[in-house]
Amino acid sequence: MRSLLCTMLFLAAPVLIAEPVLAETIFVSNEKDNQIAVVDGDSLQITNKIKVGRRPRGITLSGDGTQLYVCAGDDNRVDVVDIASGKVVHSLPSGPDPELFVLSPDGNRLYVANEDDNMVTIIDIPSRKAIGNIQVGVEPEGMGISPDGKILVNTSETTNMAHFIDTEKRAVVGNVLVDSRPRVARFSDDGKHVWVSSEIGGTVSVIDAGTRKVVKKIRFEVTGVRREAIQAVGIQMTRDGKRAFVALGPANRIAEIDTESFEVKRYFLVGQRVWNLAFSPDEKRLYTTNGISNDLSVIDLERNKVIKSIAVGGAPWGVVVKP
Amino acid sequence: MRFWPLSRRRTDLSKAKGRRRLIAALPVAGLLLVAPVAAALAQDAGGQSILIGYLGRQEDPRTPASFLEPVATDEGLQGARLALADNNSTGMFLNQSFRLVEQVLPPDGDIAAGLKALADEGVRFVVADLPGDALLAVADRPEARSMLLFNARAPDDALRNEQCRANILHTAASRRMLADALAQYLAWKKWTGWSLLIGRDPGDALYADAVRRAAKRFGGRIVAEKSWTFDTGNRRTDTGVTTIQSDIPLATQGPDYDVLVVADEAGNFGDYLDGRTWHPRPVAGTQGLIATAWSRVNEQWGGTQLQSRFEKLAGRWMLPRDYAAWLAVRSVGEAATRTSATGFDDLVAYLHSPDFELAGFKGEALSFRKWDGQMRQPILIAGPRMLVSVSPQEGFLHPVTPLDTLGDDAPESKCRFNR
Repeated sequence: MRSLLCTMLFLAAPVLIAEPVLAETIFVSNEKDNQIAVVDGDSLQITNKIKVGRRPRGITLSGDGTQLYVCAGDDNRVDVVDIASGKVVHSLPSGPDPELFVLSPDGNRLYVANEDDNMVTIIDIPSRKAIGNIQVGVEPEGMGISPDGKILVNTSETTNMAHFIDTEKRAVVGNVLVDSRPRVARFSDDGKHVWVSSEIGGTVSVIDAGTRKVVKKIRFEVTGVRREAIQAVGIQMTRDGKRAFVALGPANRIAEIDTESFEVKRYFLVGQRVWNLAFSPDEKRLYTTNGISNDLSVIDLERNKVIKSIAVGGAPWGVVVKP
Repeated sequence: MRFWPLSRRRTDLSKAKGRRRLIAALPVAGLLLVAPVAAALAQDAGGQSILIGYLGRQEDPRTPASFLEPVATDEGLQGARLALADNNSTGMFLNQSFRLVEQVLPPDGDIAAGLKALADEGVRFVVADLPGDALLAVADRPEARSMLLFNARAPDDALRNEQCRANILHTAASRRMLADALAQYLAWKKWTGWSLLIGRDPGDALYADAVRRAAKRFGGRIVAEKSWTFDTGNRRTDTGVTTIQSDIPLATQGPDYDVLVVADEAGNFGDYLDGRTWHPRPVAGTQGLIATAWSRVNEQWGGTQLQSRFEKLAGRWMLPRDYAAWLAVRSVGEAATRTSATGFDDLVAYLHSPDFELAGFKGEALSFRKWDGQMRQPILIAGPRMLVSVSPQEGFLHPVTPLDTLGDDAPESKCRFNR
């Protein structure tokens, strides 16, 4: 089997070289294995597994793309992985139980949600120090930042709000009530809207970033899937701002949404309990982490088909793609 | 136990804060007395304060058979206190505040007087940590007519049927919900032959009724029924263990079965059964594999955070009675958050409306059944150390929500509210 695969790859290689090469690397945090699985975007094979702290979930690329930041929730720290060597080089003090975070657009600050402590911790990356805390609602989770870096949005799962935080003043300047258990907050690239997913509510609230009002609530319906199983989690939007993709958790689906009409255009059937998602750099592919089936689904967005499922390890949660 | 000093300090702090708020509220409340709804409110310096009463009685703590279990003298109350803190963290962003008015009476205290004291303070939401008969007595008092009571303790099915009251919402799971949840899991396992062993407390007979009903609904067969007539051993002496080792085989002798279902709500003997039964079969029911609204073994669906917040506050883990009280106080908080209202009537209308949804760390939204006021919720199937499953089980279908396969569904409910 392996030799057959090798032959196929060998045969396929010239074709791939003839086309623009998909050189991306996919990094997946495996919550249960305490590892980051490294997947080669060409071969869609695992090339490495990097050992990190316990219960890795949130994962993001450093500003220069040479490092990974990984929330190690059970070790109360953020691990910094050097991509070239595939090793943890140091850790950042994140405060207790970090789950999700967001990097400032200048790459110098990490804003971390401390789920156990009703707090957002600000980490200064160059000095590797926590430089402040912001009190938010109960069980902070999702973190989004405006393209200019001035406004941070944090969601709190039990308070059910999106907290708008002024990053200069380090203070909450607005609160928007959303449906139950908000998980992920994502700014549109033009900075005009913030999309917030609600896991128990099963909806996505689109918030106008200026007026801080919910302008649209997107609901989902999948034939044969009970309403309670539709639990919105990860959100990604294309750079042109036209399409959004939302992971629906135990509904095992990704919803594609037209951002002008806010209509759901289609659902992709992926693995079980899909948490998060990331585009390939050319946005022709979408990778999704499926926490129960322990795999990464690859969606071909040109053909609108799920083309592959890759076993990546125990309980994959976060995913990030390096060009 | 290492949490004790911390928790005591926190409790004192919260009490002090409560006192300060009360003092601040007094003059303003006087001004507001003219307004009819004002009784439910007290005005804080910065916003509106919603009062939630907690009505209970001091009692001897339940002594668990296992030394690993906490002995709780504040069961229920700590759940209400945690939910209050959660409500206030959220309220902070909405200029709403909540205050818990605790009325925990002496063992022989007059419950009706306790209710009156709450009413006199302007409390209209009351978390009732009371047995069924005391709850009904309170619910029928004149003061209770303009109140909403949360039954955060009594599992009696009659309270959800013939004896239901329009001024009660039940956050505690009913016996039928628990028995149905267990029966669905046993049916899924195809462990359908049950031997029923029933304790001597009145609640045990009612639990057995719920088990018999669940057997009919989900295809269980009760192959034998026995009453527990033995003395329970002393948990701290070897003679206790010797007696129990010879008593239990006798008590469980009889036709073969798949599961020994035990009805022992107080935990008088059930924990001694596993490993000592006549037949080498598992124990389920009130001990062994239990159906419960909450258990320390659950950390799914964000449960880690709830468990850890509770342990910091209470110095012990969260018990089902704490969870029911937490749900009650959080329900008021959720209604206030969603409606931006503080008026009693607005909040009650929202609690009863189909829009009400509470996230309760069990993977889906919880809400109140309109036919009997019961909070619909998934039920955990838990072993002594691990979460085993969660009911409703896959495949038990319902036209509205699978959650309504547990307990009394609308067509079978005997509740008729006299509104």
